[in-house]
This record gives sequence, structure tokens and C-alpha cells, in this order.
Amino acid sequence: MQLLNVVLVIFLIVCAIAVERTKDLLGAVIIYAAYGLVMAVLWLFMKAPDIALTEAAIGAGVTAILFIGVISRTRRME
Amino acid sequence: MDDLIVKTITRIIIPFIQVYGIYIVLHGHISPGGGFSGGAILGASLILYTLAFGYKDAAKKMPHHVGAILESGAILWFLALGLIGIFAGGNFLTNRDAGFYMGNLSMLFNAGLIPLVTLGIGAKVASTMITLFHTIIEED
Repeated sequence: MQLLNVVLVIFLIVCAIAVERTKDLLGAVIIYAAYGLVMAVLWLFMKAPDIALTEAAIGAGVTAILFIGVISRTRRME
Repeated sequence: MDDLIVKTITRIIIPFIQVYGIYIVLHGHISPGGGFSGGAILGASLILYTLAFGYKDAAKKMPHHVGAILESGAILWFLALGLIGIFAGGNFLTNRDAGFYMGNLSMLFNAGLIPLVTLGIGAKVASTMITLFHTIIEED
């Protein structure tokens, strides 16, 4: 369990760095959705299942879709 | 946007998402979840419908004025429930002392005004999600 926690936190940090270094905004949004999903699993490990539910619905679902909607109205590359 | 597989899967899966969202809203006071999470899941189901069937069909299912009525009605419902506490002689959102039915732990509606407030929050969050997405995606 400890090892899985460490792996997930390292994945989270890599995702957070990759989001700000990606030039393609659509790719950045998809990496951000992966970040939200891993964050939901981490909330579950920290014994906060209601926050995990909200994070899985908002962070991984609705926010990414709203960002994709905004990108479709503007340009894709940074 | 015009894919048979996506449309069929969406039509099958949307009732399950909505039942799950209503379950989370109704059990907000006895299990993890609550108005915000359940409302977000309910809103996400209609966002999925918009993505699969296009904006025109979704605007027929959930027009702007229905969303506006739901949002305003839910927040007025919340305020009215809070004001009952003031008129009963307590603070804003007074629960048991204002005479709400408490019940016992084996019942679904058992914590006074908490399930009622959670219902209002769920409706407000769901309609806000849908209105936000439709406002971004609609052609002008």
C-alpha cells in the first residue's frame, strides 16, 4: 500500500510538470484529466471518499470537457 | 459526432449514471457523497448526451429556461428552508429545534432538513453544469 501511494504521488508530480510543459493544449487537458483521476484515488487512500467522488466527477470529467469546449472555440496550440 | 456506436452506448448507459447520481444525492447524509457530488454526476450524464447527440437535440431535452427555473428554484428552496429556522425562533438553517422530522437511523429521510437541503443543492449543481456547458458550446 505504501509503495502504491509513493508511485501514485510520483505520477502526480510528473503529470503536474507535464501539464505546464506541453505546447499542445488538448494534450495538456488530457494529462490534466489523468492528474484528476490519480488525485481521486489518492483522496480515497487518505480516507476522504466524498472528496474522491467529487474529484472523479469534477476534476476528471466536467473540467476537462469544459476546457475542451473552450479550446474548440479558440486555437489549439499555445 | 454522428457515430452509431457512441449513440447506442450513450442511450444504454445514461439511465444508470442518473440512477447513481440520484442515489448519491438521496444518501448524502448517511454515506459518502452529497448534493455537490451527486449533482455533478447528474450534470455529467446530460453533458454526455450533448456530446453524443449534438447541441440541437440536447437543447430540446434541456432548454435554457428550464435550467434557469431549476437553478433559481433550487436556491430559493434552500433559502426558504433556512428562513423556516428564523421564523421558528432560532438561527438560519436551524434543524431539530425548528420542528423538522428527525426519524431514526434505519430510515432514508432521517436527519431533519439535511436531505431536503441536499436535494436543492443537487438540482442546482446539476443544472449549473448543464447550463455552463451549453453556454460554452452553443453557436452564436
